[in-house]
Amino acid sequence: MILLHTTGRILRQLRHDRRTVAMLVAVPTLLLTLLYFMYDSQPGVFDHIALIMLGVFPFIIMFLITSIAMLRERTTGTLERLLTTPLRKTDLLFGYGLAFGLAAAVQAGFASALAYLLLDLDTQGAAGYVVMIAVANAVLGMALGLLASAFAKTEFQAVQFMPVLAVPQLLLCGLFVPRDLMAGWLQAISDVLPLTYAVEALQEVGAHAEPTGTMWRDFGIVAGAVVVALVAAAGTLRRRTP
Amino acid sequence: MTSAIEVADLVVHRGARPVLHGLSCTIPEGSVTGLLGPSGSGKTTLMRAIVGVQVVRSGTVTVLGRPAGDAKLRKEIGYLTQAPSVYADLTVRENARYFAALYGLGQAEADAAVRDVGLAEAASQLVGNLSGGQRSRASLACAVVSKPKVLILDEPTVGQDPVLRDELWAQFRGLAESGSTLVVSSHVMDEANRCDRLLLIREGLLIADDTPAAVKASAGTDDLDQAFLTLIRRQGTGVPAPRATGETSEVPS
Ligand SMILES: Nc1ncnc2c1ncn2[C@@H]1O[C@H](COP(=O)(O)OP(=O)(O)OP(=O)(O)O)[C@@H](O)[C@H]1O
Ligand SMILES: [Mg+2]
Repeated sequence: MILLHTTGRILRQLRHDRRTVAMLVAVPTLLLTLLYFMYDSQPGVFDHIALIMLGVFPFIIMFLITSIAMLRERTTGTLERLLTTPLRKTDLLFGYGLAFGLAAAVQAGFASALAYLLLDLDTQGAAGYVVMIAVANAVLGMALGLLASAFAKTEFQAVQFMPVLAVPQLLLCGLFVPRDLMAGWLQAISDVLPLTYAVEALQEVGAHAEPTGTMWRDFGIVAGAVVVALVAAAGTLRRRTP
Repeated sequence: MTSAIEVADLVVHRGARPVLHGLSCTIPEGSVTGLLGPSGSGKTTLMRAIVGVQVVRSGTVTVLGRPAGDAKLRKEIGYLTQAPSVYADLTVRENARYFAALYGLGQAEADAAVRDVGLAEAASQLVGNLSGGQRSRASLACAVVSKPKVLILDEPTVGQDPVLRDELWAQFRGLAESGSTLVVSSHVMDEANRCDRLLLIREGLLIADDTPAAVKASAGTDDLDQAFLTLIRRQGTGVPAPRATGETSEVPS
């Protein structure tokens, strides 16, 4: 019950911030449209990139939003207060997970609808799987954001964790250079970054009509990374502070 | 009378500095205890230790027979932090309803708490758009909403006008009469006079623990302001020169 009230509270906070809600929906769709016109003369490239972007946008945006939201909880004292109430740490963490997971589903739904219906995105697999993986990515971004907020004292620091955590994952996930062409040590790093598996899962949906075993395995790995990040984030929620 | 809170030999360091040095006190159930002392003397630190959010170096704090911070106490304790801790991007009502829900209480209780702190008119305003005094009352509403057995209020009436202060104190008194134990920190002597007991802290040491009347008697004066200055100066060094009495109702800091 407390979990659902916490989810509701976070969604209500979001609702009062109309501009953020508008941007959540508008930014990915605008960027996808930009990509569409950029690759106008190279058929096939848009399909490849847009598919991956559908998974990457939610990751980056939810990472940023959550790390700032959680930092605010820490700096305004609401976190300290919450931890003196019957609320359990998991209520808070999963409350964020549910609330931002839902926001991500709406975001991915809009972005996918635009990509498939207006921008002629073509994948072998069903759009539903793309949305599912996008939501998993968003939840991963959220979990890492919760964790990162523990290491930031100010909003300036928090936003800079985004390039630290997200950009290397983007560079090494196989989007820019295929993974088998990377140096061995880069591949080894890429192997332990969760976004690598998210991107591979999306590529599986792009290439196969039916969900493949690899896609499900990759999806499972992303889900596992979410759990690890949440457990680590729970460790940073201290009831007693100096 | 049984004791609700027992603090024994409490030592707390914050940063590299010792803040409380072996403080002991007992707070009786169903009473209003005033926590007074110069700025930086350790009032907030003691309150945090009672609530169980402060890392302590040694000593014990027992609340309702359990160690402070015990999971079972979380339903029984309410804490108002010195700086208002409410969600600026929610309305007053939404804040109160969320904190009520954490205790399994419904909207009726939440709305009553908002009314009790005099924010009925502003209930649907975003906390971010409230005045400073309104914001701290919004925070207060979230602390009293569960009518907890132990209520720790860090400067609850700061920035409020005399009429509101009077109403809030009537409310605190009502809670104590229904069995709650309140610890209230304040810098205002007029409020100290309304307490059942006073704890006077200076530089992390308890220099008085008595009823307001006894505190005045031991300082040999009728005026709590003056008693305060006397007791603090009696303790010794490093105290700024006192201002003339009557000129201010604030504790020197
Ligand atoms: N987070 C912190 N880190 C290090 N030192 C701290 C911290 N918070 C408070 N202190 C120090 O601990 C001492 C006691 O602080 P405390 O907040 O308990 O004072 P206080 O009596 O509540 O003062 P005030 O009346 O101004 O609220 C002060 O000297 C303060 O500088
Ligand atoms: Mg204080």
